Amino acid sequence: MKRQQFDSFTLPYLLIAPQLAIIFIFFVWPAAQAVYQSFMLEDPFGLASQFVGFDNFIEVVSNEHYARSAIFTAIFSGLVAFLSMAIALLLAVKADGILHGQSAYKIMLTWVYAVAPAVAGMMGVFLFDRSIGPLNHLFNATGWPFNPQLDVFDASVTVILVSVWKQISVNFIYFLAGLQSIPRAVREAALIDCRNGFRRFWTVTLPLLAPTGFFVLVINITYAFFETFGVIDTMTRGAPGGGTATLVYKVYQDGFLGADIGGSSAQSVILMILVLGLTIVQFRVIEKRIHY
Amino acid sequence: MKATKTIFAAAAGLAMLGAGAANAATEITFWHAMGGGLGETVNTIAKDFNASQSEYKLTPIYKGGYEETMTAGIAAFRAGEAPNIIQIFDAGSATIINAKGAVYPVASLLNENGVPFHAEDYISGVRNFYADSKGDMIGMPFNSSTPVLYYNKDALAKAGVQPPKTWEEFEEIAPKLKKAGYIALSQSHTPWIFSENFHSRHNIPLANDNNGFDGVATKINYNNEHMRMHFSKAREWQQAGLFGYYGSKWGDNQKPFIDQEVAMWLGSSGSFGGLKKSAKFAFGTTNLPYWNSITKGEEYTTFIGGAALFAFSGKEKAQNEGVAKFFQFLTKPETQFFWHKETGYVPITNAAYKLAQETGYYNDEPDAEVGIQQLNQKAAANNKGYRLGYYVQIREVMTREYDQVFAGTKSVDDAFAAIEDGANKLLARFAKTVQ
Repeated sequence: MKRQQFDSFTLPYLLIAPQLAIIFIFFVWPAAQAVYQSFMLEDPFGLASQFVGFDNFIEVVSNEHYARSAIFTAIFSGLVAFLSMAIALLLAVKADGILHGQSAYKIMLTWVYAVAPAVAGMMGVFLFDRSIGPLNHLFNATGWPFNPQLDVFDASVTVILVSVWKQISVNFIYFLAGLQSIPRAVREAALIDCRNGFRRFWTVTLPLLAPTGFFVLVINITYAFFETFGVIDTMTRGAPGGGTATLVYKVYQDGFLGADIGGSSAQSVILMILVLGLTIVQFRVIEKRIHY
Repeated sequence: MKATKTIFAAAAGLAMLGAGAANAATEITFWHAMGGGLGETVNTIAKDFNASQSEYKLTPIYKGGYEETMTAGIAAFRAGEAPNIIQIFDAGSATIINAKGAVYPVASLLNENGVPFHAEDYISGVRNFYADSKGDMIGMPFNSSTPVLYYNKDALAKAGVQPPKTWEEFEEIAPKLKKAGYIALSQSHTPWIFSENFHSRHNIPLANDNNGFDGVATKINYNNEHMRMHFSKAREWQQAGLFGYYGSKWGDNQKPFIDQEVAMWLGSSGSFGGLKKSAKFAFGTTNLPYWNSITKGEEYTTFIGGAALFAFSGKEKAQNEGVAKFFQFLTKPETQFFWHKETGYVPITNAAYKLAQETGYYNDEPDAEVGIQQLNQKAAANNKGYRLGYYVQIREVMTREYDQVFAGTKSVDDAFAAIEDGANKLLARFAKTVQ
């Protein structure tokens, strides 16, 4: 095979320059700014700035509320990712098995994808409203003194439910595509070898679906960490008692609302490291067990 | 075809008109946080100002809520593109006032641009909040309100009680309201009503350095016996079904009053206009209750909440003159009276208050006068307001702790210890940034 070669040395670089510029302007530069600001203490208007070393980080980490927020974020992200993936997988498997009217089900299950997180949050506000919310009334009718305005657990339930609902459709699309890419021959062979549908799913379908599942896991963790911001901002704003403030929401509260640039930069650097670490773990540990 | 031509000609004509106006008039930008109906009232005032003269053209721009507007202003200032005027809310005032050289103090701006400034022209409860320790205004009070008590007249009649003047009286009537089928009270802003104005109403210092007016304060005084007493009481009332705490959002606490579940509600004197539209019952307005046991019979004024207008420095002389002219227009009795009537915010000058009295407005709307009467009550050392850095976050700490007190997951003592600790850390941090 003939090797494609550019005649000039600069042309390839010129061709990738636009892409590099975009990455630099929108990713590298802001990240570098955040790292720089996290070591500085500055007044909101940027009139006086001083280097404070790791002071911002120490203050953030020693803050009791930050630790609580980190724990909430871990539980929240874990539950959102797990529930939205599990429900989506169930729905995808069921939708895949339908012979008639499959597209109707598919459309019904995927349209939610088009709903913006903030809109989903607003729907949540109405559904869980104290006086007009049907879900609120339903929970109360079951004898659960459901009160998301005061109770952290109840408020967490509302944001988790809405965040999961919002994410199911995305996961559903991926899982369904993954299921449909499993070769027919393999399925038929499995059908002959094993009559138990559940076992067949565990031993044949699921392993073959693992690459899709891994990808979905990565995007779900990112979703639960960052994109649920809109849901939380519209529904609880971190209340009650700061109990539903995720780490990302705290960056917004301290930096954007509170004008503490150094402190919130330190928080976002910590978050960057956390997500980086999480992604590395996912790729190193989990991916090794997956066969493409 | 002909129609298109006419439209073209009209458009060209308009464009020329626009260009002509732009050449003649100095543009002044005004960023504000007044959405909905309030925003339309702001637009009306701007239109009237533009119509009243031809030298300046004021453009009001809505930038979102209070926090968003402040952040937008800060970002614009850092990028060298600050507007001429920005609306900054009470909790953010320390941030902008401590930014040395960022703002052109209103008193100097007016005096240096041909509009004499007299502090005495302004209502006493209004004039000090955004002023320096000498009383010279740095920000021009704009939408000013103060916490007052609204009561459902039918509910109180049913229970056979009068609206309470003091918290002691409240304790007497609350069980009767409960018997009549109501939760006696809710309130919409725990930091503002139950904390900041609690200190003013009882003349208790809120922070060191004269509540932050004489320097950059570093010690908060919220963890005091009176506050702990008041919140212990409120928690007891809540458990006895006399007080409803519906989380930390304004509307969530107002709604039960509108729905007639709650008989009395503490809100803003500016809430009056909105309530008239949403409440399907007769309501009355009276002063914020106080503890007789603390003030020993005295009744001190509350201070204002809301926001003020600040002029950014480093602008052209002509623009600053325009800002001064606009402030002059804004503080005219007629403009203030219009603003007061349309929005329920208090008029900020004595002349405007007098005008409102003379026109007989308060005979028709006695509720509209309560806020301003309360702001004219006895003033002492701790009724000016407060000036504390990172106060938006301090309020966040307070809200967080109060939520836990009323959810029953934290004791009053522990919550106030946490507020003191959290607030002092933030104040210390702010003090470091401005030195």
